[in-house]
Amino acid sequence: MSTWTQRLTDGLSKSRDLLAGQLNTIVGRGIEFDDAFWDDMEDALLVSDLGLDAATAIVARMKREIPARAHETLAEVKAHLVETIADEFADGVDPFEQPRAAILMVGVNGTGKTTSAGKLAKQAVDVGKTVVLGSADTFRAAATEQLETWAQRADVPLVKRGQGADAASVAYETIEQAHSAGVNLAIIDTAGRLHTSPDLMRELEKIQRVARERGESSVADAAEMPVFTVLVLDATTGQNGLIQAREFHKTLGLDALIVTKLDGTAKGGIALAISKELNLPIVRLGVGETIDDLRAFDAREFAEALVG
Amino acid sequence: MFENLGSRLQSVFRGLNAKGRLSEQDIDTAMREIRRALLEADVNLGVVKEFTARVKERALGADVLSSLTPGQMVVKIVLDELTELLGTTPTKLVLSSRVPNVIMLVGLQGSGKTTAAAKLAFLLRKQGKKPLMVACDVHRPAAADQLEALGRQLQIPVSRGADDAHDDPVAIARAGVREAIDTLCNVVIIDTAGRLHIDDEMMGEAEAIKKAVRPDQILMVVDAMTGQDAVNVAEAFSKRLDFDGLIMSKLDGDARGGAALSIREVTGKPILFASAGEKPDSLEEFYPDRIAKRILGMGDVVSLVEKAGELEFEDDFSESDADRLKAGKFTFDDFLKSIKQMRKLGGLGAVAKMLPGGGALKDAAGAMDESAVARSEAIVLSMTPQERQNPKLLNGSRRARIAAGAGVQVSDVNRLVKQVAEAAKMMKLMSKSGGKSGKMPAGIPKNFPSF
Repeated sequence: MSTWTQRLTDGLSKSRDLLAGQLNTIVGRGIEFDDAFWDDMEDALLVSDLGLDAATAIVARMKREIPARAHETLAEVKAHLVETIADEFADGVDPFEQPRAAILMVGVNGTGKTTSAGKLAKQAVDVGKTVVLGSADTFRAAATEQLETWAQRADVPLVKRGQGADAASVAYETIEQAHSAGVNLAIIDTAGRLHTSPDLMRELEKIQRVARERGESSVADAAEMPVFTVLVLDATTGQNGLIQAREFHKTLGLDALIVTKLDGTAKGGIALAISKELNLPIVRLGVGETIDDLRAFDAREFAEALVG
Repeated sequence: MFENLGSRLQSVFRGLNAKGRLSEQDIDTAMREIRRALLEADVNLGVVKEFTARVKERALGADVLSSLTPGQMVVKIVLDELTELLGTTPTKLVLSSRVPNVIMLVGLQGSGKTTAAAKLAFLLRKQGKKPLMVACDVHRPAAADQLEALGRQLQIPVSRGADDAHDDPVAIARAGVREAIDTLCNVVIIDTAGRLHIDDEMMGEAEAIKKAVRPDQILMVVDAMTGQDAVNVAEAFSKRLDFDGLIMSKLDGDARGGAALSIREVTGKPILFASAGEKPDSLEEFYPDRIAKRILGMGDVVSLVEKAGELEFEDDFSESDADRLKAGKFTFDDFLKSIKQMRKLGGLGAVAKMLPGGGALKDAAGAMDESAVARSEAIVLSMTPQERQNPKLLNGSRRARIAAGAGVQVSDVNRLVKQVAEAAKMMKLMSKSGGKSGKMPAGIPKNFPSF
């Protein structure tokens, strides 16, 4: 894929009289903001999976703001666009930075919930926090074994049951153990499920309810462990990502978003639409295989990658 | 936001029909809707542009302008073009005469390779083959355990290599093929690690496996939810591994699966299988014409009918049930069964979505409100078995008790009782007016009470 600026330049040179363009540059009159220019910008956003609505909204905003800033260079337009996009992301609480929290990792199949749970546990331990991991994915074969490997790497206890066991009871027990050990974080992995399966969504609802009952009930002289629900989203996901997020949000009331697999060529633009529409903060980005590659989210960085 | 193209074009074409013929401006309006639908379905932008240009060219032709219903004509052209692109008939998996046949699965992380391996093995065994699965994913923790567990469930052997070569996927692949020969298995399915198409080292590893075992078929597993990036991924895999076909996974969701079109256009490779479900038997032939309609959000009645037909309803309506229903005895137990069956089809919303124009149907007056269904279910579940069989028992005090049990108002109970009584009456009438089929259709009774 060519970079955004290349695409923009290509589009521009195609869409205008070459001589006129050169003249513009020579006399330093900047870019001509014609329809072709805006179309190219929209295209660049669309191939980043931003979605048509978000892309047109951003282009419309740019159109409104640009005329006020005359003589913008291409670099300035790009910086402006990055700023505009970065501005769209919702802010919010990072559950993993809470002194005490029980965190449910949810999402469709194959987004990287288990891997993220493992990495987050290790990261927390590395900064001196205490963690209990819970394997409430009692459906996928060997999901527990996978998380167990991560528990060993992070040197944290893992709460588990056999395949087919009641997932909610694992969540309960994880928080119970986290409670009695007085740890900072209980990170609970759940089975991947499609948002279109009402039964599986109900199961997830139950896991959350049970977790809340245990984590947030005012058990005498035990500190509360507020339950956060974090959606893990694969950056390669297209427009269905928004539908997924809506359904998970409707069922569970999500608290935050993690976007994984940004180390490929996918830009993960749908995360912007999700963050904006559901007012969810993005709290981590997965940009590689190693533990350090699960990074804190920076709106400007993300926006730059989106258009770059 | 995700309204289906059919209804959108309909509103565009309502005006057109009135005018009687298409102007270029009309076509441009229609093209914008088509562009939107394709983009929302995650068809790659480049593919969308080419596609809409082609459709426009055809739509501007005389056959449309002279047609009586130009609107329908455009829909037809779009569908024709899509189907032409995707192919009209399912492409079959071709196995060679080599024993054992080797099938290698590749793809990105989380696309569903391991699950697809097990489903494919299950399918091939059903077709009389003797499959062996080979666990070559040495990177994801417990990936081999996952395949082994699936193999155990399905009673299909899994090879994971010699003890001293657990971390060498090439050696594991070779050993797997050898083991298949030794144990008289005639198909080997190699599950490989998920890899990024731009990870040179990992792509090299896949090439090494390919070179070592010379697969008869390399199948790429692609997530139906993949966005714009699908073209880059497929192109890279095609270049490095020259795969033979694709398995599209997670089609049981509501993703439109536009990636199928993008990949087909960019690589020219056929999609062989659709993976749609949690169960091992949910790998099916891929019907390009159906995905074409799905991409456009135009409903998938065939799939719905098949889904209803394939589902094994343990609590299906039997012949004697049918007789009883025809006699006008639709009880609350039957009502519960109906709800259960609807759920198995993915709920009212999912059923509505699969019907053409279902998008509008779903919105209509909250008629498809799942919570209303849940409420009705709760009411029935608060009845005693006797009450469910004999609604006549339901006097005032019983109704009050049921309302309290279900957490609803007595008026809600009254309404449901009335609806079910009316449904029973309707069924009796229908059967009198010459309904000759003996068996109730599985899935949705004709007079399913409205909520």
